[in-house]
Amino acid sequence: MTRYFHSVRLDQEKCKGCTNCIKRCPTEAIRVSAGKARIMEERCVDCGECIRICPNKAKLAVTDPMDLLSAFDYSVALPAPSFMGQFKTGTNPAQVAGALVLAGFDDVFEVSAAADVVTAAILDYLDSHPQPRPVISSACPAVVRLVQVKYAALVENIIPVLAPMEVAARIAKRRAFERGITGRVGAFFITPCPAKVTASKQPVGVTDSSVDGIVSMNECFALIRPLIEKAEPLTDYPRGSRSGVGWGRAGGEMQAVGVNSLAVDGIHNVITVLNEVERGRLGDLDFIEAQACVGGCVGGCLTVENPFVSRIRVRKLAESSDPRPFSTSGKLDVFRYTRRVTPRLALSLDTDLSQAIAKMNHLEATEARLPGLDCGSCGSPSCRALAEDIVNNRAYETDCIFKLRERVHQLAEEMVDLASKVPPAMAPREIPSSRKDDAE
Amino acid sequence: METADKVGANVADRLVNPEDTSLCMKFHIRGMDFASGGEASARIRGVCVQLGLPASVTRRVAIVTYEAEMNIVIHAIRGTLQATITPEQVEIEAVDQGPGIPDIDRAMEEGFSTAPPSVREMGFGAGMGLPNIKAHSDALTIESVVGVGTRVHSVILVGQ
Repeated sequence: MTRYFHSVRLDQEKCKGCTNCIKRCPTEAIRVSAGKARIMEERCVDCGECIRICPNKAKLAVTDPMDLLSAFDYSVALPAPSFMGQFKTGTNPAQVAGALVLAGFDDVFEVSAAADVVTAAILDYLDSHPQPRPVISSACPAVVRLVQVKYAALVENIIPVLAPMEVAARIAKRRAFERGITGRVGAFFITPCPAKVTASKQPVGVTDSSVDGIVSMNECFALIRPLIEKAEPLTDYPRGSRSGVGWGRAGGEMQAVGVNSLAVDGIHNVITVLNEVERGRLGDLDFIEAQACVGGCVGGCLTVENPFVSRIRVRKLAESSDPRPFSTSGKLDVFRYTRRVTPRLALSLDTDLSQAIAKMNHLEATEARLPGLDCGSCGSPSCRALAEDIVNNRAYETDCIFKLRERVHQLAEEMVDLASKVPPAMAPREIPSSRKDDAE
Repeated sequence: METADKVGANVADRLVNPEDTSLCMKFHIRGMDFASGGEASARIRGVCVQLGLPASVTRRVAIVTYEAEMNIVIHAIRGTLQATITPEQVEIEAVDQGPGIPDIDRAMEEGFSTAPPSVREMGFGAGMGLPNIKAHSDALTIESVVGVGTRVHSVILVGQ
């Protein structure tokens, strides 16, 4: 079985087993057992919903430490467009880039510049591939993984174009090479979310990621905020255009691509749109921007600022950015996937269809006996999920507190009944007529 | 934990039960109930995913059941949607009490629709329902009696 890397992890110490996360997970990947949440790794898409909802901060995103910079001779920071949204409107982006250099990076490459290249690569792909439609953006790694887990038939609709993070790393490294930098060059993405971490450690569509390290946006923010005032503005580094910067907020990607398209944000909303795509109802669209976080990347769970505030900031920054898109020499098809995207089949009850049907019959019958309150006290996200866990021998019917109570009640009644029985030596007893018949 | 172990054993017992080699789900659909329209087909789709049916089969079942369900919502008074799944095929049957289809050949033409304007304004009734069902079925039977109702029977082969 494939092993999955996940950025989203559990802090055993902090988890109280409260079941808040299990109900929020879009792929029903979490169960609480023995008082701790457990993530089913083949189902997890690293969307970060559980990190957001956990009242005890027991869910965390594993990122790389800043110390990793020292493993490279030359390091390039790749700030996502959402990163700029963390700073007050009016903050000079060149000043932020300068602060990144003060913090230890050798150069900066704005991911929004790569977003310009990706926009062109998407249009190039749409032009040469009339089918399938609509294509689904591959920019949000959590959405790509959601499709793999829940929408096996739609993996072919994922546009096989690299995400801006990956393209940024590649161009940044080439740029370093062209500038005569020797030694090990490291590309470091400043991430708003755990999904991007997973995308670099276990990429989809390519064998290896060009991103060498991923630092958390909130850690990086804390590090460079005090440095901005004293930083020298960085000059001559690649920056994104108006439309490239816009990618940092929901709707920006759709606006940049500009074809007949739709934009959806928030993973539960994305699911409703993917249902429509699967039903074939959106075949008149060319392109779908789908982002797991509400508000787009500014809504990532590793950001600092309120996403509605940073969304406006990104929009204002985009408006003041260069209208001409950043472009790179050479053909655009080098930024396409080199490996096919395959479904994950993490939700099936059994690998054998007959067995799966038998289990499904059992599941439906079991679910019918459960109270249907979806309370989560059993540790499964819904009564149906508990029925599924029972069928797969991961749980017992008495894990349901209502079923348990029913059983205790029955037992108590039997005990009362037994207690009322008197030994025949002590009292005369009535033998039921049917028993008399039996004796004859 | 002794009782709990017994529960596990019962699961294994049921799996060899030959009665269980097919799975049948039946849903009641109300005409004009757009609020719940699509729920039955979504449920059937979810079951297909959990059964691990080939992705293309799941997709075709999703389309056929959704269109059949919405046909009942749009045109009929009430009806039922039933899916029977075996390792070989998925059989979908939609039976409704409604106006019936006067000319089935015509209804099979892309873009032909008798849906009222109010329904079209909601984005439905584009005249693609039956053509879509046909395009995604391996076998299709449509029977209809005007003023009584319609029965749509579709078969999707798993091995295809």
